[in-house]
Amino acid sequence: MSGGVDSAVAAARMVEAGHEVVGVHLALSRMPGTLRTGSRGCCTVEDSMDAQRAANIIGIPYYVWDFSERFKLDVVDDFIAEYAAGRTPNPCMRCNERIKFAALLEKALDLGFDAVATGHYATIVTDADGNRELHRASAWAKDQSYVLGVLTQDQLAHSMFPLGATPSKAEVRAEAAERGFSVANKPDSYDICFIPDGDTRGWLAERVPPATGDILDRDGNTLGRHEGAAAFTVGQRKGLQIGTPAADGKPRFVLEVRPISNTVVVGPKEALAIKEIAGTKFTWCGVAPAHPEIAFDCDVQIRAHADPVPAVARVVPIKAGSSAETSASHGTGATTELVIVPAEPLTGVAPGQTAVVYLGTRVLGQCTIDRTVSAVDTAADTAVHTAETSALDVPVAVDA
Amino acid sequence: MNFYQQETLRWGLRHPSARGRSEMAIYLDHAATTPMLPDAIDAYVRALAVVGNPASVHSQGQNAKRMLEEAREQVAASLGCDPIEVVFTGGGTEAINLGIKGLFWARQPRNRILVPGGEHHATMDTVEWLERHEGAVVEWLPLDTAGRIDLAAVAQCIAVNPDDIALVTLLSANNEVGTLQPVAEVAALAAAHGIPVHVDAVAAYGHVPIDFHALSQAGVAALSVSAHKIGGPVGIGALALSRRATIEPLLHGGGQQRQVRSGTQDVAAAVAFAVAANAVHDLPAENARVSALRDRLVAGFRAAVPSAVVNGAADPQDRLPGTAHFSFPGCEGDSLLFLLDVAGISVSTGSACQAGVPEPSHVLRAMGRSEAEARGALRITLGRTNTEADVDALLAALPAAHARAAKAGLADRVPGR
Repeated sequence: MSGGVDSAVAAARMVEAGHEVVGVHLALSRMPGTLRTGSRGCCTVEDSMDAQRAANIIGIPYYVWDFSERFKLDVVDDFIAEYAAGRTPNPCMRCNERIKFAALLEKALDLGFDAVATGHYATIVTDADGNRELHRASAWAKDQSYVLGVLTQDQLAHSMFPLGATPSKAEVRAEAAERGFSVANKPDSYDICFIPDGDTRGWLAERVPPATGDILDRDGNTLGRHEGAAAFTVGQRKGLQIGTPAADGKPRFVLEVRPISNTVVVGPKEALAIKEIAGTKFTWCGVAPAHPEIAFDCDVQIRAHADPVPAVARVVPIKAGSSAETSASHGTGATTELVIVPAEPLTGVAPGQTAVVYLGTRVLGQCTIDRTVSAVDTAADTAVHTAETSALDVPVAVDA
Repeated sequence: MNFYQQETLRWGLRHPSARGRSEMAIYLDHAATTPMLPDAIDAYVRALAVVGNPASVHSQGQNAKRMLEEAREQVAASLGCDPIEVVFTGGGTEAINLGIKGLFWARQPRNRILVPGGEHHATMDTVEWLERHEGAVVEWLPLDTAGRIDLAAVAQCIAVNPDDIALVTLLSANNEVGTLQPVAEVAALAAAHGIPVHVDAVAAYGHVPIDFHALSQAGVAALSVSAHKIGGPVGIGALALSRRATIEPLLHGGGQQRQVRSGTQDVAAAVAFAVAANAVHDLPAENARVSALRDRLVAGFRAAVPSAVVNGAADPQDRLPGTAHFSFPGCEGDSLLFLLDVAGISVSTGSACQAGVPEPSHVLRAMGRSEAEARGALRITLGRTNTEADVDALLAALPAAHARAAKAGLADRVPGR
C-alpha cells in the first residue's frame, strides 16, 4: 500500500472478496522525506501515514517492510549504471521485477502469505489448462500491463490485481470516497519516486557528471561541441548549436546519444525511424510460446503510454561477431535474442527501454532493447544503434 | 476478560487472526508503555473535573495547588528526593532534553559531553544537536559486550582535561537490553572534578529502586523519569533536579517550578502520576514475580530455539527484571514481530522506528554486534499484567514463528552483506 488511492481500494476489495489481508507499505528509502511534495505519491512519511489510515478504515493490520537496501542496489544504482552505460532504463519495471514481485513476494510467501495483491490496472486470466495469463486492464487508458510485462509464470501465480476490471480511474476514486478514504482525491504520481523534485536530468547529472564532447554526423565527421551528451534526447532538434547547416539545408535531429564516447550523433529526421528492435534479455509472461523461433504476429509496445503497433517477432540465435553479439549481450553470455520487426517504423526508441509483446490483450513477454536498426540506411555508417546508443528519454511511469 | 481487554476491544482492536472471535492480544511490550493502573485512570478522570489553575491566588487555585503538591510529594518519595527537587515535564524526552541541554548551557564555556554508546535516542539526538548547533564536543564512551559501560574508559576520558567537561550523561538501565549501569561509580568519578551527571532513569523507574538523595550526594545533578512506564499517563514525566544544581530552562514563560519549567502545571496528570508512583513501593514483591516469569521465558526460548542469543548482562541480577532480549541469527526481528503479532502476541524489536521502519539496533551495534545480529533482535518486556499463561502462550507460538522467520531469512537484505 503506497499511500495512494489504487492500492487502498485494491486492499478493500481483497477483504470483501473474503481474503485475509494484511497491508504492507514498502520503505524504499532509509531517509524518507517527511511531507509529500509535488506529484510524488509514495515514499514519504506522510504517504506511509496515508496508507496506514486507509488500512485502519478497511480494518486490516498494517506493517512497513524495509526494502531500502535492495531498492537502492537493484533499482536506484541500476538506474544510474544503465544511464551511464547509454541505456534508457525504466526504474518502475525494475522495481516490479526485483522488488515488488520478487523480494517482497518471496518474503510474503515465506512468512505464510499466498499472494501479493497490488493496485496495478491489469487483469489475470486463467486459461483452460489452469495457466495464468496477464492481460490488459479493461480500461485501456489506465492499463498498466506494460510495467508488469516482466512478470514470469511463477510470479503471476502469486499475484492479484483487483482493479483490473474497473472501467475507469474515476470509478476507483468514487469508490475510495464512498469508503471514506482520505486519499480519494490524492493526485496520481507521475515521477520517479526516488527523485524528489521530479528533475530527473538534474538528479542524474549530479551522479554522472557531464563533460564536453563532440557532435558528429552519421559519417563520423565532427560538426560541433556539446556540454554533456546525457543532456540530449533522441529526436531533439533545438539547442544543437551547430554552426554549419546541413548540405541539403534540412534541419538535423539527435539520432543517438553515446555516453561512453560522450558523443552525440545528428542527422535527418527520416533517420529517426526504427525498423527493427532486438534484445537478449527477454522473458515470457506466463506460458512461453511453443516455437518462438518461428516468426509470429504480435503487437509491440515500447513505452508505458505508447500505442501498441503490429509487429512480427521471433527468437533467433546470435551469430558470432554480429553487432548483437559484440554490443548487445553486454557480457551476459546470451545465445539468443528476441527480434521484433514492427509493421511500420517506430520513432523514439532507444536501447534500455523495454519492448512488451502482446497477443491481443495478452502480455506474451518482454525484452530490454539492446539494439535498434534504422529504417534509413543510406548513410555510410552501420545504422545499427547498439547498446552504446542512448536517449535520455526517461520513461514516465505511473505506478500503483 | 480483564479491564484492559474490555477497554481495548471497545476501541476496536482484536488481534488480526481473531476476526469474528473475541480473542485479545497478549501484551509483552511493557517497556514501550505499560497499562495505566486502574486507580490512576480513576484519579486522572476525577482530577480532570477539578477547576483551578494552581498558580491562581483564589481558593480554587489553592485547591488545585494542594492537589499538585501532594502529587509532587508522592512522586518525590518514589524517587528518594525532596518535593522541591521534582520538576514535572511533558514526558521523559523533555526531561532528558532539559537535563542535558540545561546543564550544558549552565556549564558554558565548558563544552565536552561524555556519553556512552547505546543510549536512548532522546539522549543521542540531543547531544548530537548540541554538537551541531552549540559547539558541544561529544565523546562516546564504549560499552562492553554485555552493554555495560567501561569505568576505566570513563576515568580516562575525564582525566584528559576535567575542566573542559560540561556534563556526563548515561542511562541507568538500557531500554533495549536492560543492562544496569554502575551509575554511582560513574558519578563518583565525575564528582571528584565537580562535573554534573545526568541520569536517564526512564527505563529503570519502577523496576529498580531509585535513591536520588544518595545519587546526588555522589554527584548526580539530574535524573529523568516518565510516568507512563510505571502505570501513569503518557504526557507527564519528571526531572529530579538537585537543589544544588544550576540549570538553564528550555521553556520561558510564567516562571513555574523554580523558573526551570514554565507553563501551567498539569494537575490531573500529576495526580495520576502520583498514584502510579505510590505503586512503585511494591517493588520487591513484584520484581521477584516478574523476574521469575522472565527466567521462565528465557529458559523456554533457549530450549525452543537453541541458536537464539540472550543479550545483555549475563547475570539476570544485572538486568531489568522484566526484560528479555534476544538475537536470532539469520532472522529479521521485524519478521518475528509480525508473525507473533498475527498470533496475537505483542512484542518489540526494541529499536527506534522511522515511519514504522525498524532500524538495526544501535544498542547491539554499540555492544560490538554485527548489523545482521542487530537486525535479528527481539525484545520482550514483562509487566504487572502478565501471568505465566502469557509466557506459555509466547513459548507455544515461538517455534512456528521462528521457523517461518528463518525461512524468510534476511530476504530484504542484499545477499552477502
